[in-house]
Amino acid sequence: MQGNQAIAEGAIYAGARFYAGYPITPSSEIAEECSKKLPKLGGVYIQMEDEIASIAAVIGASLAGAKSFTATSGPGFSLMQENLGLAVMGEVPCVVVDVQRAGPSTGLATRPAQSDIMQIRWGRHGDQSVIALCPASVRECFTLTVTAFNFAERYRVPVVLMPDEIVGHMRENVEVPAPGELEVVDRKRPSGSPADYKPFKADEDGVAPLAAYGGEYVFHVSSSMHGLDGYSNNDPANAAWRVRQLHEKIDRHRDEIVLTKSFDTDDMDVLLVTLGATTRSGRAAAIEARRQGVRAGVLQLQTVWPFPDREVAELGRRAKMVVVPEMNYSGQVAGEVRKAVGPDMDLRRVNRYNGTIITPQDILAVMLGAR
Amino acid sequence: MEHRMTTESKHVEVILAGTGGQGLILSGILLAEAAILEGKNVVQTQSYGIASRGGLSLAEVIIDTGEIVFQQVQKPDCILVLTEEATKKYETWAAKGVPILYDSTLVNARTDPNFTGYAFTQTASDMGNALSVNILALGTVTAKTGVVKMETLEEMIRKRFKGAAVEMNLKMLAVGRDLAGR
Repeated sequence: MQGNQAIAEGAIYAGARFYAGYPITPSSEIAEECSKKLPKLGGVYIQMEDEIASIAAVIGASLAGAKSFTATSGPGFSLMQENLGLAVMGEVPCVVVDVQRAGPSTGLATRPAQSDIMQIRWGRHGDQSVIALCPASVRECFTLTVTAFNFAERYRVPVVLMPDEIVGHMRENVEVPAPGELEVVDRKRPSGSPADYKPFKADEDGVAPLAAYGGEYVFHVSSSMHGLDGYSNNDPANAAWRVRQLHEKIDRHRDEIVLTKSFDTDDMDVLLVTLGATTRSGRAAAIEARRQGVRAGVLQLQTVWPFPDREVAELGRRAKMVVVPEMNYSGQVAGEVRKAVGPDMDLRRVNRYNGTIITPQDILAVMLGAR
Repeated sequence: MEHRMTTESKHVEVILAGTGGQGLILSGILLAEAAILEGKNVVQTQSYGIASRGGLSLAEVIIDTGEIVFQQVQKPDCILVLTEEATKKYETWAAKGVPILYDSTLVNARTDPNFTGYAFTQTASDMGNALSVNILALGTVTAKTGVVKMETLEEMIRKRFKGAAVEMNLKMLAVGRDLAGR
């Protein structure tokens, strides 16, 4: 199965029944798969006129009660930012897949990159937070898509799944999880009287139940600052509460949201911090380094946002050197790792930004080379 | 030079390279899926340009009895090249003992003993099916290397194609297999 196909299958497994999108390399196979499968499941596939309309349709469908998603790549993801902000502000559960390709702009349409990491976190104006997950294998394309929907539904937040082109287009043999094998979370629904329903009145867990448009609960969702009832409210105390709440519902559940995997980190002098396809380059480099007598381990960031700073810091304390391979020029992950490990750590970057893959040899050269 | 990996080999890496439109990524997928049918772990990756015709296009297939950590080919066991551009990209591997099968219709003749030329495109054209050169060449690669069983590949073709395309592709595969014996 291909990575992109596994994302579509994972979404369907998670209960997604609405896809609106505009095809773009290297994400188009997700749209193709959804166009074949969703109508047969009573779901909806719509090819929209562009990415702005796509995310708008996804938000509308989600508010009408459907688990909804879209898939795109850099240029389309840029167009989605404004409405993605609306999804944050309106606390609309949805999943956006950004299969990362090399930019800037339309860049290298068929080549991989990991250069949207900061755009995923900060691409929208205003003070807000999202969750982002990054798969490194076809199996993870499936499982992390299910997790993405679960997080979106549980925390009423857009979740970005951020495979790179390599992982999206890669084919591997995978055992598709059986129904019931993976947990599937559905959003909380209101149970009280429709007249008393407040769409932004959070429960103890920081998340408010969400009704569906078209039912007996009539409610308002606005991109402007609003109160518990969803109607405009410009009171400073209300604004402060809203912004805090949008962050806190994620921060409070940070330990459930932050997912990492470690390989050979029990005894190590060198820690590799990786995500997506570079995880596999990193693991191959670490295996070779151990063969050459250098004890190396790998921390794979499955969750990229919120950033796994504590996990990086904890393993970083046990290492003499930290190496961050990533397919971008600017060291978007390395900057976050630096914050976590402090200014004194021997932190080395391995960057490629020409649309080609970081090899284990690239990493070994930096890891084993003199400072 | 005979270089048989056999279906019992633990770890095998294959590169299929040519130009966009020759269908080599499909060949890679068929090879990968055949190996899965034989119970192996497989990773198949690809690289191509923005045009649907032309430009370097390639598929990589890694087959292993255990976990495949790095997803890209590091040391190929066999390379198929269908254009001069692809041949130039990989020809240094021949000096390192890697067998390279090239399309003598489209690629200038090579003298290194690790190169073997086959008239893939000419043969496919003579059969009135130039577009099936990918399946024909896959038949040669498979027969030459034994990386998967020919029967498994035939099973994949029956699964993948419909109607008249099944027989036509099975025929191209068989012609490719027979080319390898020459």
